Amino acid sequence: MAARTFTINDQLISAREGETILQAAREHGIFIPTLCYLDGVSAVGACRLCLVEIEGSRMLRPACVTPVVEEMVVRTDTERLREYRRMIIELLFAERNHICAVCVANGHCELQDLAIAVGMDHVRFDYAFPRCDVDISHPLFGIDHNRCVLCTRCVRVCDEVEGVHTWDVAGRGADARVITDMRQPWGEARTCTSCGKCVLACPTGAIFRRGATVGEMERDRNKIAYIVAAREQRW
Amino acid sequence: MDLSELLAIAEHENAMRRPICIRCCTALGCQSAGALSVKQRLEEAVAEVDRTDIEVLGVGCMGLCGHGPLVRVDPVGILYEHVRAADAPSIIAALDGGEATAPQGDLQHPFFTLQKRIVLENSGIIDPERIESYIAAGGYQALYHVLHEMTPAEVIDVVTRSGLRGRGGAGYPTGLKWATVAKSHGDRKYVVCNADEGDPGAFMDRSIIESDPHKVLEGMAIAAYAVGADQGYVYVRAEYPLAIQRLQRAIAQARRFGLLGAQIFDAGFTFRIDIRVGAGAFVCGEETALMASIEGRRGTPRPRPPYPAESGLWGRPTLVNNVETFANIPPIIRNGAEWFASIGAETSKGTKVFALTGKIRHTGLIEVPMGVTLRQIVEDMGGGVPEGRVKAVQTGGPSGGCIPAALLDTPVDYESLQRVGSIMGSGGMVVMDDSTNMVDVARFYMEFCKDESCGKCIPCRAGTAQMLHMLDLIRSGQATAADLARLEQLCMMVKETSLCGLGQSAPNPVLSTMKYFREEYEALVRG
Repeated sequence: MAARTFTINDQLISAREGETILQAAREHGIFIPTLCYLDGVSAVGACRLCLVEIEGSRMLRPACVTPVVEEMVVRTDTERLREYRRMIIELLFAERNHICAVCVANGHCELQDLAIAVGMDHVRFDYAFPRCDVDISHPLFGIDHNRCVLCTRCVRVCDEVEGVHTWDVAGRGADARVITDMRQPWGEARTCTSCGKCVLACPTGAIFRRGATVGEMERDRNKIAYIVAAREQRW
Repeated sequence: MDLSELLAIAEHENAMRRPICIRCCTALGCQSAGALSVKQRLEEAVAEVDRTDIEVLGVGCMGLCGHGPLVRVDPVGILYEHVRAADAPSIIAALDGGEATAPQGDLQHPFFTLQKRIVLENSGIIDPERIESYIAAGGYQALYHVLHEMTPAEVIDVVTRSGLRGRGGAGYPTGLKWATVAKSHGDRKYVVCNADEGDPGAFMDRSIIESDPHKVLEGMAIAAYAVGADQGYVYVRAEYPLAIQRLQRAIAQARRFGLLGAQIFDAGFTFRIDIRVGAGAFVCGEETALMASIEGRRGTPRPRPPYPAESGLWGRPTLVNNVETFANIPPIIRNGAEWFASIGAETSKGTKVFALTGKIRHTGLIEVPMGVTLRQIVEDMGGGVPEGRVKAVQTGGPSGGCIPAALLDTPVDYESLQRVGSIMGSGGMVVMDDSTNMVDVARFYMEFCKDESCGKCIPCRAGTAQMLHMLDLIRSGQATAADLARLEQLCMMVKETSLCGLGQSAPNPVLSTMKYFREEYEALVRG
């Protein structure tokens, strides 16, 4: 397999052919924030947090789906990118009802971690306070749409790893919601195998194990990638 | 089918013509104003006077949609406007010196004389529901010529040298796109016609399909031959029932005549076209969302690259062009690249079809050579605004911007429009007079974008909602100067970080109105 050499933030690093900027950066300990990205499932480039500047390119490029090209010059941490990332996180906080103090994922939340990483000390946008449902019709798990960021990690892990496609997205724009089956209550979704991979994949407290209380919802997200790797190696 | 059969059909069709032809527009605009009953009444009136030298023809759009239903009498060259069914007998009587009760239009008006019709050459002239009518106008001869006398590389060369650029809005060089698809490897390739026209106030593609559907099909077939595709799709929005109906009819007719399907013109070339009807999502006009929708998935965009030319429908190389782009192809093949390149402006060749709407005397569809000024379009052709002065012209729909009256001398070409903060877009042109508040205009387009955002990427989903909220704050007098600055910052962020063209261009109406009409924002802002 051919290797590629390129520059990130003035640092010369190597990458395997076909690797994305994000993979190469992580291998070298260079932090690029992500939210919709999850090891083990396909990348969709939707959250726009991993956007980087590439010399010679007018557009910002998502690091998660942009392959490394020989001698490419990448910047991951410019003033502009820092400002945009912070705005994206603020938009998320203003969009739904993220109240950390009562959240099962408090302290173990990727959205919370990102807010700290981008230096968000307050939200400059007006909160929308939408009405969102909570579905606890499933005997083991629940989903609180107030905390959902529509990263679609549950949709992808359910489709690509578990192979049942219980989750999908319905509705458009601000009205978009992740749904189970044909928008039935989760407990009535016939395709759900109750495998719990969506619970592992969720970055926030949106999908949780029932019975968990504030701050108790810890998850081992590496398990998804572990399952995928174990499977691929056996084949 | 071979060339002699094609020419025989044309000859037979022309021999069937009567000396006097009464053309009645049956495109959707005139239909909704009652054109079908006008046509029926005209046919009855002709039968009543027992004149076999007169024919009544249902045709496509004649352009002056705001004055419909339109009826044109040839060869005398009289245009009747606002025709009611009751006017029909008098229009027939007028042929013998009587007085028609319908008002007459002025065919010497700049609205007609300043046009250069290439895409619309058959529009309003032929019967869009009969393939023979298109063949009689020279239709499908370009396809024959291409299949028998040109290699795919030669076709691409002609299109490249013609200087044609994509008419969907971005203006990507068509020849370059075709060459990329032709060079991409795949066990199968596809040609897709994007007819998901969704900009508010735009109806160019609808009119083209309703008026001359075979021209689009012929353009697609030529493209398929050039890039090596054997399957085509027309992705058309469900809101265009007449266009869908005429496309279906056209495809069925072309298949029956052997002009689509296997072994077209016995040249070893196979090409089939199917229609895919959209379900009402504006974002499906974005090519990757459009392809997802054709594949039967949720119509959301994905990051590019890979571009469709390399990995499109079902991962195969796919050519996606707009309706008007395909409609330009047969004339380019027929008349040559040099002919096309001699029309228009330096970097924008040929013509552009615009849907002229808003506060303007002559609402309708026009085709002008690239490089004419906005002033010529608005003041000369459009006849200016009915009351007051022109304040701004909006081009490019929700992705475009508002051009102030002071810049009306801007020539209509891709680069010039971009320089003044708007875009060519697909051809919507909304004229606004001085009673229009520009903050309201920005809000209108932002609400549209917010409603149409698919929700996949955060900047567009949450950003358009916030921008709309901030515009509402400004309009209700609750915003401060700091809010204005924050709105601008948010606009820049959404523009630069959104996943697809919808989000990337959603802030344009706000940015352009803030640039040219900032005082209207400041007047509404506290301290």
